[in-house]
Amino acid sequence: MTALLEFDTVSKRFSRRLDAVERLARRLGANVGEQTVHAVDRVSFEVEEREVVGLVGESGCGKSTLGRIACGLYRPTDGTVRYRGEPVSHANGARRPIQMIFQDPFASLNPRMRVAEIVGEAPRVHGLVDARGVEDYVAQLLARVGLDPAYVRRYPHQFSGGQRARIGIARALAVQPEFLVCDEAVAALDVSIQAQVLNLFMDLRDEFRLTYLFISHDLGVVRHLSNRVVVMYLGRVVEIAATEALFEGPNHPYTQALLSEVPRIDRRRRAFVQIKGEIPSPLDPPTGCHFHPRCPHAMPRCAIEAPALREVAPGQRSACHLNDVPTR
Amino acid sequence: MSAPLLSVRHLRTEFATRDGLLPAVADVSIDLARGEVLGLVGESGSGKSVTGFSIIGLIDPPGRIAGGSIAFNGEELVGAAPERMRALRGRRIAMIFQDPMMTLNPVLSIETQMVETVLAHERTSREAARARSIDALTRVGIASAAERLHQYPHQFSGGMRQRVAIAIALLHSPELIIADEPTTALDVTVQGQILYEMQKLTRDSGTALIWITHDLAVVAGLADRIAVMYAGRIVEVGAAADVLESPCHPYTRGLLDSVPAATAPGQRLKQISGSTPSLLRLGAGCAFRERCPRATPECSAMPEMTTVDGRALRCHHPLAPVAREAA
Repeated sequence: MTALLEFDTVSKRFSRRLDAVERLARRLGANVGEQTVHAVDRVSFEVEEREVVGLVGESGCGKSTLGRIACGLYRPTDGTVRYRGEPVSHANGARRPIQMIFQDPFASLNPRMRVAEIVGEAPRVHGLVDARGVEDYVAQLLARVGLDPAYVRRYPHQFSGGQRARIGIARALAVQPEFLVCDEAVAALDVSIQAQVLNLFMDLRDEFRLTYLFISHDLGVVRHLSNRVVVMYLGRVVEIAATEALFEGPNHPYTQALLSEVPRIDRRRRAFVQIKGEIPSPLDPPTGCHFHPRCPHAMPRCAIEAPALREVAPGQRSACHLNDVPTR
Repeated sequence: MSAPLLSVRHLRTEFATRDGLLPAVADVSIDLARGEVLGLVGESGSGKSVTGFSIIGLIDPPGRIAGGSIAFNGEELVGAAPERMRALRGRRIAMIFQDPMMTLNPVLSIETQMVETVLAHERTSREAARARSIDALTRVGIASAAERLHQYPHQFSGGMRQRVAIAIALLHSPELIIADEPTTALDVTVQGQILYEMQKLTRDSGTALIWITHDLAVVAGLADRIAVMYAGRIVEVGAAADVLESPCHPYTRGLLDSVPAATAPGQRLKQISGSTPSLLRLGAGCAFRERCPRATPECSAMPEMTTVDGRALRCHHPLAPVAREAA
């Protein structure tokens, strides 16, 4: 069986062109080069049908870039993304089975469009409903995501943050997708509203047989929702495992550090331990394993050779040289 | 019990808006002892930040403190002369903001900003001020502080900038630090480092700390006491362990249940229905009654703050505290 979505050694590099002054400086012999960010570096994993895969990592790890590649907003620099075995199309105008829900419920809705247009435009363009049926169609979707259908004539500024998040979800559902990429979809919401939206995601998954790639920095949310978790650090996948396996027995030192730093209500008045160092700049990542300058177990080899992602237990893959050391 | 360091009584802070007078803080009373860490928790619009800004005297028109008193070391701050507030602010009460870029001036070096802060409150030499700055940067965990002192804010990462902001707050060893969501914009591993530093600093220096946050989990590990705010009022105050283990206010209970970790993975989360009410149209009565599972007609009268066993509550129908298991 082929996976629903498959990343095959996908890389994405962003380069900044030199501006006129820098080009002139270079012609005069100055040492200026193009700066390149390896936002995503040879990432491979699959998402099965009806699965929820959590994608976690800190800022700059490339998780959002990967989400945008998945739904065809970015073209990968190298590698391919396959959906049902077919490379993901980048053609404009095609209806996409993969839709995206964005982080910021304020920036991702056009302030000058009414809800009826925000939600109804795409299904009309793709011929899913005719012009006369749009209003009813939008009203149904709004009711489904828990909004009063009487709100169709309103503008985004007339809604609260939680309601706007629901509009974003209705917009994604409007084109009858099979796969949703949720990029920090609940990060901007208050805890009590976040719970409502997470429940909505779980209900919709059952009702519309959806598959999710759930991108979040919030490990509690990811643990609650996901079947499997992918951990990224500076553009690379460092660990993939089933959710419980990952939270019970993280293999990679970065995953271990990440889990131990998550504040938890049941961990009270604890002594905070310090992970050393900061996330390095993705413009100039460390050699070898990107995590080695912060890793408590780093060996000389870690600075030279990037570890490959290898199976350490059934269903659990990790990229760490420590797994080659027999005495661990 | 000795006199508290800070004693806020019936604080009311209003903002004049086009739609009418908005009581961002309707009625807040809270005491803080020396060296105590208070977690002030609430969702957006609950008035937690405005409470912090009111204490340090940073409410500007169209906002104003409309009533109540704020006593710091017995001295009344509401209505105090601006000169007096300037003398206190930065020296005895300091504030750390969510966005360190807002605190730091992008066109001045860290050295200029820190030395200026020292000299604003003390007559001392630039050399002494520089030495103090280096010392403060070292205390918040910035390596090679002497060299980094010459740099500008853009040369620091987000976590490092927040450390600089904390170092500036520490320069005069204040008695009270108000921290307004200082780790919200930071990554988890960096947040862990900042929490570690703050815990160490308050313990070593005996500084009292008000940590304003929307995230109960962050203050769970840090605070001695937790105060929960809703729609401009404190609804529950108690020792951190008591509030988190056996919340008595239905809102606190709902908030704790909403956190994904409280429910087994994959199960539906217990949610609070509805959304936060508009502060402009609160009416009389408990602001939470529309969303509360325990609400009765009695709740259309505002409940008074009552204290039982060190737990202050504003609720007509509180939940019974869970008996703590003997450890």
